[in-house]
Amino acid sequence: MIDRRLVENFDWGLFWVLMGIIGVGLLSVYSALYLQIQDNPRSNLFVKQLVWLSVGLAVLFGTLLLDYHRLKTISLWSYLLLIFLLVLVLIVGREVNGAKRWLQLGGFQFQPSEFMKVVIVMKLAAYFGSQDVPAYPDLKKLLPALGILFIPVVLILAGPDLGTAMVVLAVGMTVIIFMGVRWRYIVTAALAIIPTLYPLWEYVLKPYQKSRIMILFSPELDPLGAGYHIRQSKIAIGSGMAWGKGFLNGTQNNLRFLPEKHTDFIFSVWAEEWGFVGCVFLLLLFGLLVYLGLRVARRSRDRFGALLVVGMTSLIFWQALINIGMVLGLLPVVGITLPFVSYGGSSIITLCFAIGIIQNVSMRRYTFHTQRG
Amino acid sequence: MAEKNKKKSTLQILKFSDSESSLFGRQYLLLTGILIVVLIVYALRLWHLQILHGAKYRYQSENNRIRLEDIPAPRGIIFDRNGVPLVENRPAYHLQLIREDVADLDETVRKLAHLCERDPQEFHDILAANRHHPRFMPVRLLADLDRDTLARVEAHRVRLPGVVLQLEPKREYLWNGVAAHLIGYLSEITEQELRSPEFEGYYPGEDIGRYGVERAYQRYLHGRRGGRQVEVDALGRRMRLLEEVLPIPGRNIWLTIDIELQKAAEAALEGETGSIVAMDPRDGAILALASSPTFDQEKFIRGFTREEWRALSNDPGRPLLNRAIGAAYPPGSVYKPFLVLAGLSEGVIALDTKFNCPGFYFFANRRYRCWRDQGHGNLDAESSLIQSCNVFYYQTGMRLGVDRIAHYSKLFGMGSPTGIALHGEHPGLIPTAEWKRRATGVPWQRGETLSVSIGQGFNLTTPLQMALSYSALANGGKIWQPYVVRRIEGGGTGEADEMRGRLKRQVHIDPRHLNIVRSGLRGVVHEQRGTAHRAVQDKSLDIAGKTGTALVVRLPDNVNRKVHAREAKRRERDHAWFVGYAPSDDPQITVCAMVEHGGHGSSAAAPLVAQVISAHLKGVVQEENP
Repeated sequence: MIDRRLVENFDWGLFWVLMGIIGVGLLSVYSALYLQIQDNPRSNLFVKQLVWLSVGLAVLFGTLLLDYHRLKTISLWSYLLLIFLLVLVLIVGREVNGAKRWLQLGGFQFQPSEFMKVVIVMKLAAYFGSQDVPAYPDLKKLLPALGILFIPVVLILAGPDLGTAMVVLAVGMTVIIFMGVRWRYIVTAALAIIPTLYPLWEYVLKPYQKSRIMILFSPELDPLGAGYHIRQSKIAIGSGMAWGKGFLNGTQNNLRFLPEKHTDFIFSVWAEEWGFVGCVFLLLLFGLLVYLGLRVARRSRDRFGALLVVGMTSLIFWQALINIGMVLGLLPVVGITLPFVSYGGSSIITLCFAIGIIQNVSMRRYTFHTQRG
Repeated sequence: MAEKNKKKSTLQILKFSDSESSLFGRQYLLLTGILIVVLIVYALRLWHLQILHGAKYRYQSENNRIRLEDIPAPRGIIFDRNGVPLVENRPAYHLQLIREDVADLDETVRKLAHLCERDPQEFHDILAANRHHPRFMPVRLLADLDRDTLARVEAHRVRLPGVVLQLEPKREYLWNGVAAHLIGYLSEITEQELRSPEFEGYYPGEDIGRYGVERAYQRYLHGRRGGRQVEVDALGRRMRLLEEVLPIPGRNIWLTIDIELQKAAEAALEGETGSIVAMDPRDGAILALASSPTFDQEKFIRGFTREEWRALSNDPGRPLLNRAIGAAYPPGSVYKPFLVLAGLSEGVIALDTKFNCPGFYFFANRRYRCWRDQGHGNLDAESSLIQSCNVFYYQTGMRLGVDRIAHYSKLFGMGSPTGIALHGEHPGLIPTAEWKRRATGVPWQRGETLSVSIGQGFNLTTPLQMALSYSALANGGKIWQPYVVRRIEGGGTGEADEMRGRLKRQVHIDPRHLNIVRSGLRGVVHEQRGTAHRAVQDKSLDIAGKTGTALVVRLPDNVNRKVHAREAKRRERDHAWFVGYAPSDDPQITVCAMVEHGGHGSSAAAPLVAQVISAHLKGVVQEENP
């Protein structure tokens, strides 16, 4: 299955950029967990992170073995399975920070919403990839796609897991809009939704739900919670100045306050120790990763492949955008990790799978020609 | 490059239409554009934070630190019905250490241990247990310092950076031990509770109600903790207040009990094991709820040693049990009025029915005794209550059968929880034939109906249930849901919510039947032959009630009861009951007294009821004529 030609088309540039980001991630997680590592050098979250990264890379290369066209058939079943699991989570899920996200499967914790991020791309690409859906689809072709997208979004939102729901929504909408949506649909949808917002806010939402949403947009309303985190995060980032304080010197110990410093707020750790230069370097790495992903999409020979890659690339793009925007105090504080940098198993595996798909499409961009021609 | 483009255009024909490829081309441009804009915006933001304001943030990170401090919310105060405070809050100081600010940890711990007269190892152990908590977070070394230690630590604190005294309001029981079962106690929230949705928004180290009103009204009494963000300098001294969220104090609670009456009830029970319930029959308000022996509530605040706790929880007197609601006993003769009402309502006896009492009832080759060996002669319903003749009730009970007896008992609130808002209520037990078959697998025996008819056998009722059912006799059949809180006030909104009694049901009884029972109950105290005639001396109180003596040990037929009663060990003596209300024509209070192993109801329990009623009614008189 893997012939020389396939290997030649493996995108090494994309791979090395990814390795660069992973390197940044390892340095940051090591620093964030430094105290814990000193306490217990053999078994700590950094060691676990190394294990997760190995598993992630195995998934990445494992994904290459299968021709991505097979995903068309797999996508339906994995989509249905995840919908079932999302419902199951709502019924029997385990609560973390007041939200139900995790499923306990024989000692192994599993977060279905995380995997929905890639499966939604597969399912939508498969839907639009069939011949009978044209570019600029009409309403009859558009509505099933919206249905495919909104069922999981609503289920994840009911978790309640606002961050993941936002990412799934953003990724799904990217794929849908990529197929071309007529302006009149967009305008009609906007006209239909905007008038319902006020009564929804005024009559449907309970006061505590309102205050949660308000806090998302202005964290200073919650000075003992989100507002405090953002203030600490800003101090950490700002104190890095131009060149940073240096690796492991980021003991502006305040940062150790951040309860999720090795996950959601990992960017602050990096920014404190490596300064403006390090931050711009990391931004450029992400920019390059997205750019190279889009290049693979542009070069792909069929619509299914192009949509797959666009979706997977946008997943990395949106997550990085939301996470860094949150840490910089520009976007609401929602629980989203920074791809390949934050600690976390589910996230790493999902994103490595996404990169695997991108590479898969890149490798097989000429196989059509030979097969058909 | 040109060759590549050519290849591309030939291939596009295979899969992409023209419109599609131009659309996709535009979309790639759009996405790349968005990417560049985001990169620029974020880079500018980083420039703003790290270059323009970098020096300011660097200064904040190195010279000052932002801390979160808790502001605890005071718990609601508990008053009695007249606004006399029963439980208040006092300031308590905890000794805390912020490791990050400590210069020399061993030296600081050594000095602190010396000041507090503790073993330094104790503090080191606590610090080791908190090793994984962030170093900026205070670790509590010692809770609730006494005044001398507090003064010593305060005097040396300037030279001990990182040492913090945390102020926290603690419970203070102004009448420690009085109404302890009703008021209850607190203890620290557990890890597991913190994770449950019921306690969302609670913090580690907070106290929650474990018993009594403190537990049942936890969500009202507990306020919401506030906090502040402060800037501190390198020594941990507060430099500047950044943000503050004020705490919301807990709501105050006014109980229905009268502390004076409560004290009278507890004084009456002094030295006995048992309980007294006083209730307003007009609305179900609990006026006093005493259980003896009682316990030291302050002890729960100061903390137990292991031995003290073991001693308390293994005490055979079970001081932590609220006997008024959480213990059930055979009601004995206080059960009899309900048998009369059942018999009259079902028509198995009439107003003028008389039964002869020769001192026993003969059934299945056995003599079932009356308490008076020589018998009572011919008695009607009223005089059978006055003299508490068992034979009358054997006769009535056999005519009714167990299920009809059970039906009326349950109507009057026995055999099921009363619904009082306190935890740990015993449901009691009113047996039926069906119940026995299910519980034991053996069918009901007719002889057992005889025991049930005089309130013995399987019957179990709580003192609260008896106070409730006698209140229904006093108020014409109204079954109230007993309540202990009459007002909840203050807190975030400052509003006061008034509570009223809730009528659970109206039992419909013929007024003539009820009058027979009520005049019988009055006769118990006021007639020469009444069982409580001698026990209740103050006839001006106009008490109506009934004595009850519940057998603890069944005696063989040939034993002389009087001799036995005199010589029995305390554990084998009978339980004594008296339930009564007063004044008999316009009842304002119902009191049930239950003395475990007290002996006879008339001598052991009736005087206690008289004392409580006297305290209440004389109090009322004083209020009216100042």
